[in-house]
Amino acid sequence: MNVIVDILASVGMWEAMFRIATPFILGTLGVLLCERVGVLNLGIEGIMTFGAMIGWLTVYSGGDLWAGLAAAAVFGAMFGLLHALMTVPLGLSQHVTGLGITLFASSFSYYVFRLAIPTSTSPPTIEPFRPVAIPGLSEIPFLGPVLFNQTAPTYLAILLVALIAWVLYRTPLGLAIRMTGENPHAVDAQGIDPILLRIGTIMAGSALMGLGGAFLTLAAFNSFFPTMVQGRGWICIALVVFALWRPGRALLGALLFAFFDAFQLRLQTAVDGVPYQIFLMLPYILSILALVLMARKARVPQALMQPYRRGER
Amino acid sequence: MRFERRENASAALTILAPVGAILAALVIAGVLIAIAGANVLEAYGLILQGAFGSRLGVTETLTRATPLILTGLAAAVAFRAKLWNIGGEGQFYMGALAVTAFGLVPGLAGAPAPVVILACLVVGALAGATLLLVPAALKLRFGVDEVVTTLLLNFVTVLFVSLMIEGALRDPLAFGWPQSVPVPDAAVLPQLIERSRLHAGLLIALGLAVAVWWVQSRTVFGMQARATGLNARAAAFAGVPLGRTLALVACLSGGLAGLAGAIEVMGVKGYVTTDLSPNYGYSGIVIAMLANLNPIGVIGAALFSAVMFVGADSMSRALGIPSYIADVTVALSLLTMLVALFLTQYRVRR
Repeated sequence: MNVIVDILASVGMWEAMFRIATPFILGTLGVLLCERVGVLNLGIEGIMTFGAMIGWLTVYSGGDLWAGLAAAAVFGAMFGLLHALMTVPLGLSQHVTGLGITLFASSFSYYVFRLAIPTSTSPPTIEPFRPVAIPGLSEIPFLGPVLFNQTAPTYLAILLVALIAWVLYRTPLGLAIRMTGENPHAVDAQGIDPILLRIGTIMAGSALMGLGGAFLTLAAFNSFFPTMVQGRGWICIALVVFALWRPGRALLGALLFAFFDAFQLRLQTAVDGVPYQIFLMLPYILSILALVLMARKARVPQALMQPYRRGER
Repeated sequence: MRFERRENASAALTILAPVGAILAALVIAGVLIAIAGANVLEAYGLILQGAFGSRLGVTETLTRATPLILTGLAAAVAFRAKLWNIGGEGQFYMGALAVTAFGLVPGLAGAPAPVVILACLVVGALAGATLLLVPAALKLRFGVDEVVTTLLLNFVTVLFVSLMIEGALRDPLAFGWPQSVPVPDAAVLPQLIERSRLHAGLLIALGLAVAVWWVQSRTVFGMQARATGLNARAAAFAGVPLGRTLALVACLSGGLAGLAGAIEVMGVKGYVTTDLSPNYGYSGIVIAMLANLNPIGVIGAALFSAVMFVGADSMSRALGIPSYIADVTVALSLLTMLVALFLTQYRVRR
């Protein structure tokens, strides 16, 4: 018991929770945008991988850290465009297209990485984002170092939650996005093109996925290696169901998930006799449990996975 | 520009679709090879030479195609019924692991080889089927989307394999490398050609492709599975037992992927490690789509992938182009195939 109390009382644990949560917050927001406009984007795992690679490569070849993030977002949006063109105007299977994008984007990122870094026994590193202490606020005992001594992308991710919630619920654009996910025919009748809106929103969502991947190489670690995304994209898809497609709950879900992850990481070193694989399985099993719990409550956007063709029902 | 549904897709177009898709993927991958600074035609020449140019190349390609046929069939039967089994990778590992565990059963050593082999194949298939029954049950009972659960279970399964080969199933003679105990000698699949890795698993895979075709096109269950995939509500209305059909499809699909793992470990590797599969499960999805979910077509699509993987390895050694180009090409062919299939169903009008 003492061990658990010690872990829960440590600043490091709560500070790590926000760090671990950041890629999940960004990825979950990305999935949420795509699904709110009516499209399942299983490309996330590959887009995150490519974002991680291109963000790292940009910085490694002399770019600024922010340029790295921007590159990840731009390439994320490009993969999003590919996904959108195939699923929206052509109306192809969203399952298969998404998996195809994931397979393509991840193998393409390994290819580009190998071309740029032909042989590497130990992966080369970059100087990553450092925590930025917010003057004054970071002095608050306990809360200060936990909340106000994070890296810039973490602050950005939390700001984006508020921004996306505001756009979705307080602007005409958000109303149109939500409506397209529920009933694209009604949107079309209002004179808004649901096809263009879907393409644009998927691109924005995919840019966020790219950012989430880049956080891994630019802030959480300092190098890129294949398979480093480790199913984080798939977990984001589960988190969106858990979040009932709402940005605020998405933040909550990502934090809760990261809490368990940070906790199991510390428990691993504190508890003897339990194989480490058991701890590593927990995040995936937890995600499956979350899906089971929420499956009945979930109010899925009505037009999710329904391609829209004008004049067809 | 708009799209107009064709009355009926012509047979010629349906056959041309995968050919066109693969050509398009090769052209795009060719651009990537050119950007890397190599001669594209030389690179493709070396890929073909690596895959077909020698006795070793041919047998390696066929050896590589064997698990791909099975994981391709696994995805094809599931997708036909719109059961999105993306867990082929996990089921592959489960099948492989189950065989090595089964090899520890006392008394197995005395049994005749054909019996041991058959028993091992059944165990591998059962293990794969069981793993897919979990997400299938969650889908049927709680309405949980099986795409995400099968994907997440892939990670759980590989961790479980890692746990087992460092624990209960660890090979004490492996000098501390995490690998499982070897399969018993009696369970090793016979070689097809001497001085090669090609084993009898290829014949099993080919036989199963025909068997799956027969089940899908000539049995009531096959009809029910297709009907479920085309329109589940209409199928239910017509009296198809949806739950039972999906459970059976899950057993068949998971069983085929489990069998792929069992056969790989019994025919090629002899023991399980966590890098037993270079994404065979995920490649199976591409192969199924390239084959347009046709079990016989799966054989051809698996051969294409195997040629790319084996050929790219030797091309990579000669030209210094990363062998990941094979994965890129195969993934691209999935995307181009989707577009090609679309063009067989729609015509583009101005």
